[in-house]
Amino acid sequence: MDIELDAVYIVWLREVKKYFRAKERILGSLAMPIFWFLIFGSSMRFTVNVGSNIDYSTFLAPGIIAMALLFTSIFSGVSVIWDREFGFLKEMLVAPISRLSIVIGRSLGGATTAVIQGIIIMILSILLGVKFSLFSIVILIPLMVLISLGFVSLGITIASLMETVEGFQLIMNFIVMPMFFLSGALFQISNLPNIFKIFVYIDPMTYGVEALRYISTGGFSSIPFYVSLSFVVVFSAVTSIIGAYAFSRRK
Amino acid sequence: MNNVIETKNITKNFDELVAVNSVNLKIKRGELFGLLGPNGAGKTTLLSMLSTILKPTSGTAKVNGYDIIKKPNEVRKSIGIVFQDPSLDDRLTGRENLQMHAALYKVPKNVREKRIDEVLELVELKDKANSLVRTYSGGMKRRIEIARGLIHYPRILFLDEPTLGLDPQTREHVWEYIKQLAKREKITIVLTTHYMEEADLLCDRVAIIDYGKIIALNTPSNLKNSLEGDSVILNLKDSEKAKKIFPKAKYFDGKISLSVKNAEKEIAGILDIAKKKKLGVLEASIRKPSLNDVFLHLTGREIREEVADNRERMRRRFGGH
Repeated sequence: MDIELDAVYIVWLREVKKYFRAKERILGSLAMPIFWFLIFGSSMRFTVNVGSNIDYSTFLAPGIIAMALLFTSIFSGVSVIWDREFGFLKEMLVAPISRLSIVIGRSLGGATTAVIQGIIIMILSILLGVKFSLFSIVILIPLMVLISLGFVSLGITIASLMETVEGFQLIMNFIVMPMFFLSGALFQISNLPNIFKIFVYIDPMTYGVEALRYISTGGFSSIPFYVSLSFVVVFSAVTSIIGAYAFSRRK
Repeated sequence: MNNVIETKNITKNFDELVAVNSVNLKIKRGELFGLLGPNGAGKTTLLSMLSTILKPTSGTAKVNGYDIIKKPNEVRKSIGIVFQDPSLDDRLTGRENLQMHAALYKVPKNVREKRIDEVLELVELKDKANSLVRTYSGGMKRRIEIARGLIHYPRILFLDEPTLGLDPQTREHVWEYIKQLAKREKITIVLTTHYMEEADLLCDRVAIIDYGKIIALNTPSNLKNSLEGDSVILNLKDSEKAKKIFPKAKYFDGKISLSVKNAEKEIAGILDIAKKKKLGVLEASIRKPSLNDVFLHLTGREIREEVADNRERMRRRFGGH
């Protein structure tokens, strides 16, 4: 199958345009991370021991950024089912272009919106006193892109396997929420009892959080950076391939 | 090559259900062709196969010279489709929907905007082009979809139930656009409908389709004439006396109705007799049979909107999407 750049671009553009138009959605999707950051961050600060030389906000910031990436990406990927429901998917599928182009455009579009969300959270945490070095910001952005691509593709895969819109809430409750809570977004995973660690280590979100945290804190992470980065790269590559395949196969 | 669409025993089965049953159809270039039939007759399934959305179970077809199975991408470039269900992104503006379509159909960048303006003008939506589609009325959505189907200079435009769900006034409006389109764009238009007046008013030729088979194909007037079922209706001063003179006539509402083969020719003779016998003709009118009468004659049923026994509902479900 060929990739038509023009088609990829227009599908990407649609995602980005729709993102900026849905003001309520931007606010809504920011409300939750902000909520976590302010309420959870300030009240848990004294109960969670994250190590001697790092304060909880600094520890929490990459976790909340990862949360924004996860939620926005999955939502964007899964929104394929809305397109199917409202008929627009048909318009794209009947066009004389490859489905691969459509799926690439969508993934890049979803990842773009997720990274914008991530950057907003980053700015917000800077305003709240968390420090990011310029070097870390330069590394964090491509890392965010990589993490988002994996989650968007996961969303597209789920949407391609789903029959109805009604399953949407189910995904949020049984996939996204556990992925968030089981990752080290809010706590340090090395402090966990061993039984829990199994779940934490099979959660792809964990590696995204840890990779971001390693960079943003300048080396504070429970998992070596090369391990989390490799996992993120492999996860994104594999889900992209599965997502593209599932989307192309879907009638 | 005179035929722009040619099907060869094209068949589609859904499990044990035969949605389209070995149809052979030739549609001429430049024609406005109608597929008329009740819901679930197989119209949408046939259209879906011609537009390469569905693969035929057996048989094939050539669209604009390209085989639908071997050259689906070429077929897709040759056709424009307006689906039965709306397929616009209502969070984008009308113009953005068109821009997206132009890119997806590889319309060269330098002519895109010009072409978009052309089609917008054609459907008179230039003023509203920059509003979000969600603010459009049902008729406007249909019109922008028709415009969209035309952007990439298709040779054939498929319209699947173009006026379904529209109010009567909007329907007439859409008819007007379709007629203009056929004239101005010089393309072949194939539309499906279960509104007989739509087929009658718009189409050069109509294929009547029922249970996946084409049961009649001709111009609307030939189809109706084939019934030989015209009526001459007279409103008379003295209809009692007329009973003796026209013993076969039917009476209703104080009027009499005479069945004839060709009302235009025979009305003169009938009026002569009425005058001679001093029946006092107040009004005389001709009633031609409708395509519904043709369908009724061929199948013993009427084309109604709710023909939804299970079998047909199944077909709709599979054939519609």
